[in-house]
Amino acid sequence: MKMINRFWKFMLLAIIIYTIIQLLITTEVFNLFYTNTLITIAINIILAVSLHLVIGITGQFSIGHAGFLAVGAYISAIVTMKLALPFPLALFAAGVIAAVAGLIVGIPTLRLRGDYLAIATLGFAEIIRIIFLNIDYVGGAAGMVVSRTTNWTISYICLLITLIVIINFTNSRHGRACVAIRENEIAADAMGINTTYYKVVAFVIGSFFAGIAGGLYAHNFYIIQPASFGFLKSFDILIFVVLGGLGSLSGAVLSAILLTIVSTFLQDYAETRMIIYSLILILVMLYRPQGLMGTREITDFFTSRKKNALKGGENL
Amino acid sequence: MSTNPLLHIQNVGIRFGGLRAVANFTLKLNQGELIGLIGPNGAGKTTVFNLLTGVYAPTEGEIFFNGERINGLPPYKVTRKGISRTFQNIRLFNELSVLDNVKIAYHSLAKHSIFSSIFRFPKHFSGEKEMEEKSIEFLKIFHLDHVKEEKAKNLPYGQQRRLEIARALAAGPKLLLLDEPAAGMNPQETKELMELISFIRNEFNLTILLIEHDMKLVMGVCEKISVLDHGQLIAHGTPEEIRKHPKVIEAYLGEEVGEEHA
Ligand SMILES: Nc1ncnc2c1ncn2[C@@H]1O[C@H](COP(=O)(O)OP(=O)(O)OP(=O)(O)O)[C@@H](O)[C@H]1O
Ligand SMILES: [Mg+2]
Repeated sequence: MKMINRFWKFMLLAIIIYTIIQLLITTEVFNLFYTNTLITIAINIILAVSLHLVIGITGQFSIGHAGFLAVGAYISAIVTMKLALPFPLALFAAGVIAAVAGLIVGIPTLRLRGDYLAIATLGFAEIIRIIFLNIDYVGGAAGMVVSRTTNWTISYICLLITLIVIINFTNSRHGRACVAIRENEIAADAMGINTTYYKVVAFVIGSFFAGIAGGLYAHNFYIIQPASFGFLKSFDILIFVVLGGLGSLSGAVLSAILLTIVSTFLQDYAETRMIIYSLILILVMLYRPQGLMGTREITDFFTSRKKNALKGGENL
Repeated sequence: MSTNPLLHIQNVGIRFGGLRAVANFTLKLNQGELIGLIGPNGAGKTTVFNLLTGVYAPTEGEIFFNGERINGLPPYKVTRKGISRTFQNIRLFNELSVLDNVKIAYHSLAKHSIFSSIFRFPKHFSGEKEMEEKSIEFLKIFHLDHVKEEKAKNLPYGQQRRLEIARALAAGPKLLLLDEPAAGMNPQETKELMELISFIRNEFNLTILLIEHDMKLVMGVCEKISVLDHGQLIAHGTPEEIRKHPKVIEAYLGEEVGEEHA
């Protein structure tokens, strides 16, 4: 059973990475700053990979991912701070409510072809932000105080779950149906694939994990404010996916890591950050318009299956 | 025998704004028949396919398949009822492997759920394994198994056409619609294609409706031919009758219908 074998290889690698980093944290080689950066990287990878499922795999151009991040952030904060329930439950609730939001936005818009989705998701994200801005229960513009509960371990666990679910989904008949929609919607339809259904499914799974990321995000700082979930945040997530190479999961992961590191070190120079960001984008578009990884996966470099690679990495 | 046709198109028509692309079109197909649909450019042939497969809903008339009314159904449901098609301008899943292209067509015949795939239950593995085996079987029939790992877009043109037919068959149709399958093929490829069509028809017990510009192919392979012009059915009959039909000759404006040279 080579697929099961692959799963254990993946888990082994995951555990090794975890152990090394945990060791570095406990021996205080990594200070709080580094640990924080690691948590932010994990959150950003979750965001990148969840949007990759919608854009890279299913080909639906959603540009309001920060809206689901915001839903997750606020819902989880309400669950822990107002209802005083445990953090894992808050994360789960964040995912579920974000998924419901995804369903509500997705069903009417994903039926339509073309650019409606981009406009609708953008509008949705703005509406969400404005709603939170105007609800006093969650602090309005001043924001909501949240206790710092997110740590490296829980972020890493959430990241692993996200990767496993999305990779397994992608490498199945369901993921293939989504890729078929991206490749040629009319043909997918003609092959008996319920295209609306799969677009909604991909969108809802993507929203679910964006919600989880929101829960982690909210509990990683001491405060959440509507201003953190504006268009620029959606844009940041979009860049992870585009820079990595549309259709490549490893590309999305890689660019989430790189860009998080770049922006963390440029935190104090917001303008410089934007300039460097733009420069990177321009350079990539000039020299690698297909993104860092194109449609390939990291695993392609180690196996001979490259031609057969169904975007999304190996079977798990 | 003609009491229960597999496909019964009754007075179907569609308007695009002011243009009546197809009007009052009637056609019966019995189980096992191979019928050709011909007509000059823009006559409405592809539109008939689009009406049959649910891409467009007819503005008039009705379509019965297997005794069931299917007009107005979305395309994926029509496919699941047993009608599948190829496209005039090839529509493959370009970035995917040849094998994955066929697997996608097999999608709706597989059973394992999203849940079982995400959690990698045994059902997922057995389901995927079956899809893979069936798809490879199809590729073997079409002599495409040696390129199964190749991206569809990298195949030579003739093989792309064949892959599209393989993919349409993998969806498990009773009725196969082929939209100019020989377009752009050289005479050798066309000849092979004709043999392939006869072969799959017997092998899979298919009923076929074939749009074709290559008269020789149509006349050679079809029992009956329908001729469309300006959205109207102008003739229906055996190749012999069609060849002599004055309206057909007129529609083709001197184009020599069924001209037979080696
Ligand atoms: N979606 C549409 N909107 C408007 N007009 C259309 C549409 N689809 C087809 N038509 C028009 O309907 C007519 C019939 O087109 P159709 O593609 O069915 O012709 P055809 O017989 O397949 O021609 P060809 O041999 O060139 O493939 C044409 O005039 C075409 O421009
Ligand atoms: Mg046509």
